[in-house]
Amino acid sequence: MLNIALPKGRLGEKVYAMFERAGFACPAIREENRRLYFENEALDLRYFWVKPSDVAIYVERGAADIGVAGKDILLEYRPDVYELLDLGVGRCRMCVAAPEGFTDDMTRTLRVATKFSNIASAYYTSLGRDIDVIPLNGSIELAPILGLSDVIVDIVETGTTLRENHLAVMETIVPISARLIANKASFVFRKTRIDELVRAVSREVQT
Amino acid sequence: MTIDDEVLSNEEKISFALRSLYHSRGYQPYRMSKFEEYELYMKNKDFLLSPEVITFTDTNGKLMALKPDVTLSIVRSSRPQAGEVQKIYYDENVYRVSESSRRFREIRQAGLECLGAVDGRCIAEVLSLALESLRVISEDARLCVSLLGVVEERLDALALSGDARREVLRCMGGKTVHELRTVCESAGLSPADTERLARLTLCGGAPGDALSELREIGCSESALSEVARLAESLPAEASGRVCLDFSVLGDMRYYNGIAFQGYVRGVPSSVLSGGSYDRLLRRMGRPGSGVGFACYLDKLERLEEVQSHA
Repeated sequence: MLNIALPKGRLGEKVYAMFERAGFACPAIREENRRLYFENEALDLRYFWVKPSDVAIYVERGAADIGVAGKDILLEYRPDVYELLDLGVGRCRMCVAAPEGFTDDMTRTLRVATKFSNIASAYYTSLGRDIDVIPLNGSIELAPILGLSDVIVDIVETGTTLRENHLAVMETIVPISARLIANKASFVFRKTRIDELVRAVSREVQT
Repeated sequence: MTIDDEVLSNEEKISFALRSLYHSRGYQPYRMSKFEEYELYMKNKDFLLSPEVITFTDTNGKLMALKPDVTLSIVRSSRPQAGEVQKIYYDENVYRVSESSRRFREIRQAGLECLGAVDGRCIAEVLSLALESLRVISEDARLCVSLLGVVEERLDALALSGDARREVLRCMGGKTVHELRTVCESAGLSPADTERLARLTLCGGAPGDALSELREIGCSESALSEVARLAESLPAEASGRVCLDFSVLGDMRYYNGIAFQGYVRGVPSSVLSGGSYDRLLRRMGRPGSGVGFACYLDKLERLEEVQSHA
């Protein structure tokens, strides 16, 4: 049975619709209930919903053969998986944002609040800029407002939250979208099936 | 003395079977100290699977390390005579950061190394022993083999260097063809050249069957004959168990020629890894060539459980 981990929420539902159109349907998933896994024995498929940031762990450790994870998660945690396809959905940007009118004082260490410590560190290392990473788990936009940090590194979709908190994007670090990933051993033992799925789903990707 | 099988863990049974296999093929056991001077690892940090090393200061003031790797120590202490191949096997604990937990772990690995006048026949023997090692672990196993010369030749032909080359290799290693295309476009490669690299990244199947695909990709005659030699060198029982996979890429400052990874059904990551490392020898000022592999026994702890569950 091919195990597929999808991220819970709107993105996961959008991705499932793509898989369904590609011929990998599992009607039980459309039923209203609180189940977390669904099987289609006829197609030898099992889907399960997991927290978006956990998908890569399920795939890396082989609990799922394939899964869908945001590029932000893949860059932050660098799981040892194959990244087979850009699904073109869940598009957003990893950005540096700061209070409107902010100018970077290069004589001081830059304080960066973020959920993505590794991405932020790698970005500023590439610029040769010394930073103090302030790891936060949510409401990142508050950090510069309260003086906890100078800037933030976070995902920006429409920019509404930033604007409403008088913050502005200073730099785009990397574009983000949902990626189809595969466990390395599963790819070896189930190559034909995974190749078939990748081909079919890639036809559903809006370019 | 006889040992009751029941008291042995799966890891121990496999370890004994592998040692017996290597010994029966004329490989000599190699026993090493748990410590090594830290300097050895500092100079070859990128060769290690994880750069973190547990260090301590010895009573004479020297900075020492708990071994994170076996190959470097074997290369350093080996002294093959001119024209001779030194064949060594080991079963040792190493100490490094685990890929999954990101914490230091004691990891048991068994493997072998050939050093000195290594030739094609010797490489074929190592490949064959890698396959046999996988079969000791599980009947349902696969060996993914890459020829780094084939990849390097393509990248040299496209005059890819520096950051672009590193990025292309990263994309090939992750089979991330969509990003490979973006990297190639930024590097100014033509769509045709980009497509050839994408096809090389996804090229698979038995080495002999991939020849026509590699010809279409534009591989040179010498690269094709390298693949053909690999196909011919494989034992009959390799059929269906060995596939070409150009995503298997070691650090090319150390590795050259062949690189391979072994998988068994039920274990989510590779259980065997190896290849040729002539460039490591040159960096360490050693003559000759080197080839070998390691089996990661710590990954096999739950194999029986997984297989019975399946």
